[in-house]
Amino acid sequence: MSSEVVRHLLFQSHMATKTAHMSPQVFDNEEKQKKETTRSLAMSGHVGFESLPDQLVNRSIQQGFCFNILCVGETGIGKSTLIDTLFNTNFEDHESSHFYPHVRLKAQTYELQESNVRLKLTIVNTVGFGDQINKEESYQPIVDYIDAQFEAYLQEELKIKRSLFNYHDSRIHVCLYFISPTGHSLKTLDLLTMKSLDSKVNIIPVIAKADAISKTELQKFKVKLMSELVSNGVQIYQFPTDDETIAKINASMNGHLPFAVVGSMDEVKVGNKMVKARQYPWGIVQVENENHCDFVKLREMLICTNMEDLRDETHTRHYELYRRRKLEETGLTDTGPENKPLSLQETYEAKRHEFYGERQRKEEEMKQLFVQRVKEKEAVLKEAERELQAKFEHLKRVHQEEKLRLEEKRRLLEEEIIAFSKKKATSEIYQNQPFMTPGGNVRKDKDRKNSSFM
Amino acid sequence: MKKRQKKNGGSPMDPLRQSPSPSSSRASSPRTLPCEMLGYVGIEAVLDQLKIKAMKMGFEFNIMVVGQSGLGKSTMVNTLFKSKMWKSTMLGLGVPTPQTLQLQSVTHVIEESGVKLKLTVTDTPGFGDQINNDKCWDPILGYINEQYEQYLQEEILITRQRHIPDTRVHCCVYFVPPTGHCLRPLDIEFLQRLCRTVNVVPVIARADSLTIEEREAFRHRIQENLKTHGIEVYPQKCLDEDVNDKVLNSKIRERIPFAVVGADREHIVNGRCVLGRKTKWGIIEVENMAHCEFPLLRDLLIRSHLQDLKDITHNVHYENYRIFRLNESHVLPRGPGWVNLAPAPASVPAPAGPQATPGPPKVCRWAKDNSDEEF
Repeated sequence: MSSEVVRHLLFQSHMATKTAHMSPQVFDNEEKQKKETTRSLAMSGHVGFESLPDQLVNRSIQQGFCFNILCVGETGIGKSTLIDTLFNTNFEDHESSHFYPHVRLKAQTYELQESNVRLKLTIVNTVGFGDQINKEESYQPIVDYIDAQFEAYLQEELKIKRSLFNYHDSRIHVCLYFISPTGHSLKTLDLLTMKSLDSKVNIIPVIAKADAISKTELQKFKVKLMSELVSNGVQIYQFPTDDETIAKINASMNGHLPFAVVGSMDEVKVGNKMVKARQYPWGIVQVENENHCDFVKLREMLICTNMEDLRDETHTRHYELYRRRKLEETGLTDTGPENKPLSLQETYEAKRHEFYGERQRKEEEMKQLFVQRVKEKEAVLKEAERELQAKFEHLKRVHQEEKLRLEEKRRLLEEEIIAFSKKKATSEIYQNQPFMTPGGNVRKDKDRKNSSFM
Repeated sequence: MKKRQKKNGGSPMDPLRQSPSPSSSRASSPRTLPCEMLGYVGIEAVLDQLKIKAMKMGFEFNIMVVGQSGLGKSTMVNTLFKSKMWKSTMLGLGVPTPQTLQLQSVTHVIEESGVKLKLTVTDTPGFGDQINNDKCWDPILGYINEQYEQYLQEEILITRQRHIPDTRVHCCVYFVPPTGHCLRPLDIEFLQRLCRTVNVVPVIARADSLTIEEREAFRHRIQENLKTHGIEVYPQKCLDEDVNDKVLNSKIRERIPFAVVGADREHIVNGRCVLGRKTKWGIIEVENMAHCEFPLLRDLLIRSHLQDLKDITHNVHYENYRIFRLNESHVLPRGPGWVNLAPAPASVPAPAGPQATPGPPKVCRWAKDNSDEEF
């Protein structure tokens, strides 16, 4: 029973945050008290503006509707099959691989038509979610994608020449979060991802492949899941109960969250009808049988009853939150009572001026720095030059000295040579003189010796 | 119900050249694949969801009636909405004619079959009543632009309201006096300026003073005049797109301006109780198509084109104002030195300072004496 109470409390707190946003109604009352000009008037006949809702509906039919669903879940958990079953078509798909290194998102847009209602449906699937070994970065691409869609819409809204009525709204209206049917509790990855998404998008958690859990286990599992979500402060989407026509059914559906779904496009003969079902050796799980799974409830809630509310919530709550954060980030605020017209513009211009001044200053700084550096470099180079010069001088001197010394040596050497040659000449003269007088025989002998040699 | 298209022949200054048609978004959206559904899904239940939401939120409609005094504006409004919006003023000898043009707004909430409509009617007593009527359209233009300004201010706030109260004038009904000749210079001047800012529906007032032939001739001449001076009244031709729209709107355009008679008294005719004017020579039934064209006006304004009027105001006129307003703050010299933002344009009187809390349309601050003008 405590889980029921807990769930009820969560629901109530959610409603409280919702009523906080209903300021215009409170506003109206205040204004009424202040001004007393808005009164009810009784008419004495049929005017005819009861056709107003029809006029509105006709315009919407012409415009067509736009609905964007984001499916987050591990590979192979049955996201594509469920979407196929929900919209009763075979969207083009093929099995995704398990080996992607990063989580990516794949978006596809389809045009559906039912009687006179045209729906532009965009399905965004996460590819490779939960497949990596390190899952720390798994949820970041999803958050970034959602923010990117908000950003695109914000940019369009802030343009000067804009065409909002023409704009293809790609903001995610609902996020179907697929929980794997372990039967125990939420995985950490699931908790982390949902926590980071709950303020950006309407989350509807579903238990995928619910035919893997038995009925009793399912009940316990649901209770466990909801209590975990509540205790971790994850805000999932609660179906609105402020309008009497759908309040009752929405409130009862709120108690069945998360929906345990089975998806299948295969048809099996049951009784004498062909129904969508999954056939097992031990039985047939019918998709549209309320006893077997909550698929019909999901379809009912998602499409037939609350599609418009989902879109409304996305636009008025999640988008406004994003817009406010983004604008506040850039430093803009709603200024006080003394604002001139278009304070947004003024602050923007002020900032631009500021940045411009900043840039000027930085340029100056850079210039100064540059000049200084150049000077330093010059000084260093000059120093080097001087040093080189000094060295050169020194070397030159050394050479001069060497040269002088060598000259000196040469001179000495030459003198010695002259002295030696003189000595040699004198000594030769002395040698030849003793052989002139007695030496006739000796001379003949010498000649005889010499001639025998010759 | 209506689609719009950019008409290539429009002049560059033509403010109505935009195309608010959402259906032309098909070409610009990403690659979409048409899909065949194999069974019932329940998408069309979204229409009911829309209806429920709309009924809960209620509708708003702001209408302005412009014309000289004595043309039956207040009576017309009373007849349109079948209630005593205003006590018809009859300027007696004791009441001085208003020296300047004053605008008075009155807001009522009316309900029919669960549909709540917050109706605001703005009257302009004193229009065209002075000797010198030069620039008598300025206060009116100022008022209209002020409503746009208010909406713009609300829209660019950082913390916006969930539902911005819409006080912009959706339709301006212009009463042409039944001279039987052609449009007067005052009419032409006024219509020329106003048709670029707001949806204008001209009507021939007090049409019971014209015979059927005179009426037709007058209507014809007015249409000629409108064409000569390039005045595009609602439904604007350049905003037609669909063949169906063209056909429907051409039929309406043939009959513009409607010759109307207003009455808030009931008389017995052939055992039925009808709204009408009783004269010595007969009773003019307001709702009888043979007598006057009031039913056409009522159908146009309320039963078939109300949402369309609001759409065009929001998608075309308001956007034009926004572009103009945002552009003029961008005309700043590039470079050091910050030029103060240009103040609001000359035709718009300085907007009231703290507009951070716009409420439902208040009685206009120009109105000096409204104590016995409204119920």
